[in-house]
Amino acid sequence: MSAWRKSLLLHGAILAALFGLQFVLPEYHHLAVTRVLLLAVFAMGFNLLFGYTGLLSLGHAMFFAAGMYGAGLTAYHLAWPVPAAMLFGVLCGAGLSLVVGLLALRTTGVAFMIVTLMISQVVYLATVYFTTWTRGDEGLVMPAAARSFELLGRQWLLTDPSTRYNLALALLALTMACVLLVVRGRFGRALIAIRENEDRSRMLGYNTFIFKLQALTLSGTLSAMAGAAYALMFAYIGSSFAAIQYSIDPLLYTLLGGAGTVAGPIVGTFFMFYLVDLASEHTTAYLLVTGVVLLFLVLFFPRGALGYVRARWLGWLP
Amino acid sequence: MSNRTNKDSPDTGRRKTLRTLGAAAGAGVAASLSPTLFPRAHAQSAPIRIGAQFHRTGIGASYGRWYERTAQAAAKLINDEGGINGRPVELVVEDDGTDPKRGAEVVEKFAAQHNVDVAYGTLFSHVVNGSAPRAGELKLPYIVVSEGYHVASGKLNRYVFQPGITDVRSQVISMAPWVASNLGRKVTMIFPDYAFGHDHRDYFSQAIAAQGGEVLELIAIPPTETSFTRHLPRIARDTEVLYHVMVGPGVLTFVKELGQHFGSQRPEIFGFIDSLEAVDLKTPQLEFLEGTYFWEGYPRYAQPDQTEHDRFYRAAVSVDDNGASISDPKDVSTYAHMFGCWETLFIIKQAMEASDYGGPADRARFVEAMEAMESFEEGRNHPQGRKVFDARIHQCFGHQSISKVEDGRLNVVHRTSIEDGRYEAEADYTTMPL
Amino acid sequence: MDFGPFFLLATLEGLVQAAVLCLTALGLSLVFGVMRVVNVAHGEFFMLGAVMAWWVATWAGGHPALGFALALLLAPLLVGAIAWAGERLVLKRVSYDPEATIVATIGMLYIIQQTTLLTFGPDARAVNPPFYFRVEFPWFGYSGYKLCVIAAALVLLLATWFLITRTRLGLIMRATRFDRETAENFGIAVGQVYAMVFALGAALAAAGAVLVVPVRQAHYLMGIDPLLLSFIVVIIGGLGSIRGTLVAALLIGLSDGIISVFFSPTLAKMISTLAVALVLVFRPQGLFGIRARA
Repeated sequence: MSAWRKSLLLHGAILAALFGLQFVLPEYHHLAVTRVLLLAVFAMGFNLLFGYTGLLSLGHAMFFAAGMYGAGLTAYHLAWPVPAAMLFGVLCGAGLSLVVGLLALRTTGVAFMIVTLMISQVVYLATVYFTTWTRGDEGLVMPAAARSFELLGRQWLLTDPSTRYNLALALLALTMACVLLVVRGRFGRALIAIRENEDRSRMLGYNTFIFKLQALTLSGTLSAMAGAAYALMFAYIGSSFAAIQYSIDPLLYTLLGGAGTVAGPIVGTFFMFYLVDLASEHTTAYLLVTGVVLLFLVLFFPRGALGYVRARWLGWLP
Repeated sequence: MSNRTNKDSPDTGRRKTLRTLGAAAGAGVAASLSPTLFPRAHAQSAPIRIGAQFHRTGIGASYGRWYERTAQAAAKLINDEGGINGRPVELVVEDDGTDPKRGAEVVEKFAAQHNVDVAYGTLFSHVVNGSAPRAGELKLPYIVVSEGYHVASGKLNRYVFQPGITDVRSQVISMAPWVASNLGRKVTMIFPDYAFGHDHRDYFSQAIAAQGGEVLELIAIPPTETSFTRHLPRIARDTEVLYHVMVGPGVLTFVKELGQHFGSQRPEIFGFIDSLEAVDLKTPQLEFLEGTYFWEGYPRYAQPDQTEHDRFYRAAVSVDDNGASISDPKDVSTYAHMFGCWETLFIIKQAMEASDYGGPADRARFVEAMEAMESFEEGRNHPQGRKVFDARIHQCFGHQSISKVEDGRLNVVHRTSIEDGRYEAEADYTTMPL
Repeated sequence: MDFGPFFLLATLEGLVQAAVLCLTALGLSLVFGVMRVVNVAHGEFFMLGAVMAWWVATWAGGHPALGFALALLLAPLLVGAIAWAGERLVLKRVSYDPEATIVATIGMLYIIQQTTLLTFGPDARAVNPPFYFRVEFPWFGYSGYKLCVIAAALVLLLATWFLITRTRLGLIMRATRFDRETAENFGIAVGQVYAMVFALGAALAAAGAVLVVPVRQAHYLMGIDPLLLSFIVVIIGGLGSIRGTLVAALLIGLSDGIISVFFSPTLAKMISTLAVALVLVFRPQGLFGIRARA
């Protein structure tokens, strides 16, 4: 069986498993996994840039926030229907990532890291500064009208956990398909070539700037999609989602699951969420436990979960 | 697949079984889920479970710690006196990390895993806003002690209440008459540049204008600031009253730098105790606060006319006459706010008794019982004083204190009337579907 | 206040801000420059310095200057020891892999933060300055101690510069930074150098915190701000350039302060942050950096 067929089967199986999970999960975990799926979309978007292109952004919170505010503000102030608001959120993320790319991609390495960090800080301050519309850190609660929508001749209730779960899963499937196609194609090979040695890629005649810009824009757009969906599904937008914590989280999820693996960020997101959730049930010092577990993991699995699996057993894992 | 919202559907038993299986599958989960294995048949003797969402970590931790202590003290008292409807009360505490995202997750956990009867306790406004939609959709009564103007704004939902502490809008407008007639009419305001500060800015500006005063300058401090001195020259020269309110870990620096800025020449200074909550007034370099005034939700220092209720409450929460922990005089409480946790727990008890609350199926009745309340009389359960409850906006209104710093302690010089802080309700939750 | 004095005050505050930044950035500059790892826990070493200053000052009692002097001696030593242990136990074992180091230092961050919360508590606590006097300008008063912080930062800066450029230790550090393999071939124990640099970086952050804590306060979450700002300063200045670190700290400290004379503070922060980011966009190697070798 070719590597591509094997990988299609594997990722199809992951999606099928996640679909089946909703029928057996206890109620709380059903609710929680919905969040995890959306955060995993965010992390997969991040991974496209970090894991495959080798660009470490410390500012992905701004793309998540662009999606969140693009969707949330139009739904709140302009009473846009949910699909339109969602689409607008994604477009905001695309636009922002394009502009950020044009500026930040003049830099590489640590300078890229810092430029994205700082622009993201500006976006965070903007969410606070324009309080008249955003209510800053306190944030906005989505109105009842934004909790349901009509699409494809059907009424969809965002208050319904099943609807939310399957919408989140659909977005995850879309993201996964997107990343798989990118990674498999010429584009993805070019990105990996840039990650491994940008100068050589340039010498081979690639316009590496354009490739990196495309990767950043796609990455930012996927992150914004996660943010927009998060706002609309859980009915709240606020500045805390634009803070530095939300730039570090996808990095952490990606590294734990395995940078440069398609499904790694999903594993990492699940792991981190449940680590905090379970540890906090047993001890107030759950962050201490989290820290110790992170150290342990990094000592024994420095390439992340799927990175380890790939190195050990499945060499073909994309 | 579609009946997940129906919490008491006939298949609860099946789902319980599934839950058990799921727990057995996930290592380490089993222990944490065991409380839900007890069937509801023993409901009468089983405890009433109250989900307590506190800031154990994150920026709100100094408040959260005292909120938790106060809530535990109130729960102990209730249990010593026979519990609620003959059942003991159990607080199921979860940390929200002072983060709206985690707050919403915790509310889901309360409703779907811990199976609590009601949830309660949060302080920071963004956590309330992040959690409230989930509480409403899971039909879990969510009773906050936040002092934010969010519940009363009508933007939340029918399951969210704030019956134990007056909201910031009411606090602020009740200060204006006294400030205008005793300190001055030309005011400069310093506040954090986010929603909580903007509520101060907007409502106080209006209220002081109504008293014939004016705000000369508005100084909004960015949320990431760690040093404040360079903003202070904006204080207008002919300022009669400086109005300050700050929150977060930078407060102490702020107040110190205010002192350095003024030296011996200063206008009248009026602040919200939020600027110094959990901070010892005897901290060096705070001497310049001598003779300045503070809003206090509840006087930190025991007053000469201390009521027996305050004496009782102080002892119950282990706080001495200076507002510090009895076991550690350096550990200053958040006395101006935490009383809300005490009073709110007694209000929950009252509503549960009025609605003959038996279990989660009675949550709608509980909400209606809450809405039937009109006022809470001063007493042991309400040591801070009498309160009026406006059911339309799920918000209470109470007395506020203005205290003067004298010899490093806060002495109450004025107590506002409840009417001073009343405003017209702009919403009506009671017409929303349950 | 009139424009002139206002401007003077903003400049003074900018200088203090720059001094604080220099102190925190110095340690990071060493670690980043020599080891090429992103140390997310750097801000926590700063925080530990401030918290230990409070412990020591409270424990010593007596005149504030006594506690302060003790803290200035003990806190960097203790924090350096903690960092050294972290380096030997974790970073060395992940072979300074850039990605693994990020996860490892995030882990350290959680551990340090939570341990501080459990022991020191969530409240902000003040430390008395060793001395206190107001410098009276015709228009406003200013804390004399703050002016001393500026001076102390300069002294520390000079000392570090001396260490790096004029001592054998500095030579070894520079050699390791320039080319690890060659340094190893010349018999330099690179592992030892890394451990020492990591400890020294943490100790410098702690020393900066001890100096600063009397004008701020100790709080368990105070690490994030210095972490971000020092990263920015180090990169803007140009990796490994002490002169660059100084200039970048001045640029950031002053731009923030002075722009806020003209705009509302939050807007000023946005503008200055963007402006500094653009410096890097148009000069990716930083102000005084040398273009990386291909």
